Amino acid sequence: MDMKRAYYEDIELFKSGTILFWTIVLMVALFTLPLIATNYYLYLFNLIMVHVILAVGLNILVGSTGQISLGHAGFFAIGAYATVLLMTKLSIPFFPALILAAFIAAFFGFILGLPALRLEGPYLTIATLAFGLAIMHIIGHMEVFGGRSGLRAPDLNIGIPQLGWNLTLTTDFSKYYLVLIIAILMVLGAVNILKTKVGRAFVAIRDSDIAAEVIGINLTIYKTLSFAVSAFYAGIAGGLFAFVLGFFDPITFNMFLSIYFLVMIVVGGLGSIMGSITGAAFITYLMYALFKNIKDVPYVGDFLTAISQRWLSITGMDNLSAIALGFVMIGIMIFEPMGIFGVWIRIKKYWKTWPF
Amino acid sequence: MGYFDIEHLSISFGGLKAVDDISFSVDKNEIFSIIGPNGSGKTTIFNLISGIYHPNEGTVKLEGENLVGKTPDRIARKGIARTFQNIELFANATVMDNLMLGRHIFMDTGVFSGAFMWGKRSRAAREEIAHREKVEHIIDFLELQSVRDQFVGSLAYGKRKLVEVGRALALEPKIMLLDEPSAGMNTEEKDDLTIWIKDIREDYNVTILLIEHDMNMIMGISDRIFAMSQGQKIVLGPPREVQKHPEVIRAYLGEEGAA
Repeated sequence: MDMKRAYYEDIELFKSGTILFWTIVLMVALFTLPLIATNYYLYLFNLIMVHVILAVGLNILVGSTGQISLGHAGFFAIGAYATVLLMTKLSIPFFPALILAAFIAAFFGFILGLPALRLEGPYLTIATLAFGLAIMHIIGHMEVFGGRSGLRAPDLNIGIPQLGWNLTLTTDFSKYYLVLIIAILMVLGAVNILKTKVGRAFVAIRDSDIAAEVIGINLTIYKTLSFAVSAFYAGIAGGLFAFVLGFFDPITFNMFLSIYFLVMIVVGGLGSIMGSITGAAFITYLMYALFKNIKDVPYVGDFLTAISQRWLSITGMDNLSAIALGFVMIGIMIFEPMGIFGVWIRIKKYWKTWPF
Repeated sequence: MGYFDIEHLSISFGGLKAVDDISFSVDKNEIFSIIGPNGSGKTTIFNLISGIYHPNEGTVKLEGENLVGKTPDRIARKGIARTFQNIELFANATVMDNLMLGRHIFMDTGVFSGAFMWGKRSRAAREEIAHREKVEHIIDFLELQSVRDQFVGSLAYGKRKLVEVGRALALEPKIMLLDEPSAGMNTEEKDDLTIWIKDIREDYNVTILLIEHDMNMIMGISDRIFAMSQGQKIVLGPPREVQKHPEVIRAYLGEEGAA
């Protein structure tokens, strides 16, 4: 039994030396990774970290507050388009543009949060789904957003050109560090939010909204706030996504993306930050890279490609990732409803009492 | 005008008058109990006071200020805390977090100051520490140390009831509404609870409204008892008087019991 001597120890970031040690190991690994990874993997890691930011934000809404959103691709799109347009049309430097774009997304989140005060369950799902689709179609129909042909992201200049201070990140290698640092800050922010007043209020609303009200939590404020915070995260993620991808059109932000986002947090573990991170990493890998890798495995790869071409798709194994995703979802629901995070908790408990 | 006044309170659901023209006045620091058979409207009165229902008629006044029409969270901020008959805790949070949620109305940390809780000296951390200290006193008071960091969902029923009392206490209320706090407790726990309720009144200066079915507890603890049946008042008075009232006996034991 470890002894606590101060109230601060309850809310400390690193509760023990072990956690601090492994955090440092992880950080060293993350910062040295680009030195050994190939370009394709750097691109993949960038995508993973963008999805981590989004998943952490989505989990605040879905896992912690108990609301649901099938429209997060919409906020993601708002972040991407707003960041790029603020930079190209209004020549605002990158960081202010990114933050402004995230606030724009948060504002839309607030707007979407208003119907959430009256809607629950399937009705809220439909409302958010409609929001995501509407954003995609509105963007597709307006010339200022590049219409159906999409937008090209400008050079990623993270300096302030107006002051003659330029720093342009061109390679995936340099973008990796930008995305990594922002991702770490966003994750730490979420950890802290969930440990303080606002995060506790979210959890209270999820567990019992009637009790939340009688202890003085204003449901209107906190439900819409949860949508806004979640959309803010999606906005930041979207702004970075625009530069990781370099080129995007409305179809990039289709309905399936919203579903993939939801899958990430369900597979990772609802209401857990570590779950959001592992879920986002796992699902992104599965979406983009797993079957590309399997294809290269001798015999197995050829066999699966043959099956896929015979019955599923003429282009090879593309559809298999969607099928695998379905199986992963079903498997998680049946065997471990708490997701990857639940598995982790069980392993931890097992070793705590080992060998008994 | 008294400290806490309920005047002509009425509400009906469909054709049923759940609470029918109820009036009473509670003095400061009083332990005021409401008794009556199941379905007589006791919990409905609590729901009307805490703003979950809005009455068709009547007023609820705390120190002269009318609370009718306000939302539950506004009423909580006016100094009315409550517990629920069927326990409404935040099951997937620890005891500590549940009690900290009771401090919600006293805290100002927002999204941004919360997100930037870097180190012990940040504003959010200082506020957290100050309130954790207050909550620790409640944990000591209700002897919840052993379950401090456990999830509420895993606790025994009696302990959960106690956590709910603790959460209400964390709001530093003027009035505390306790809805059958001893339900599901064994005799020993009930005895402890009786002492705690008295202590809450004395140490924390809280006026207590109590709904309870355990007659031993009610008779021993209450300053005055309000007996009701089918939404209407039967009698209001000190325990001895209420105990002997023929209609109370009839309401509890039925016609034959009265005869």
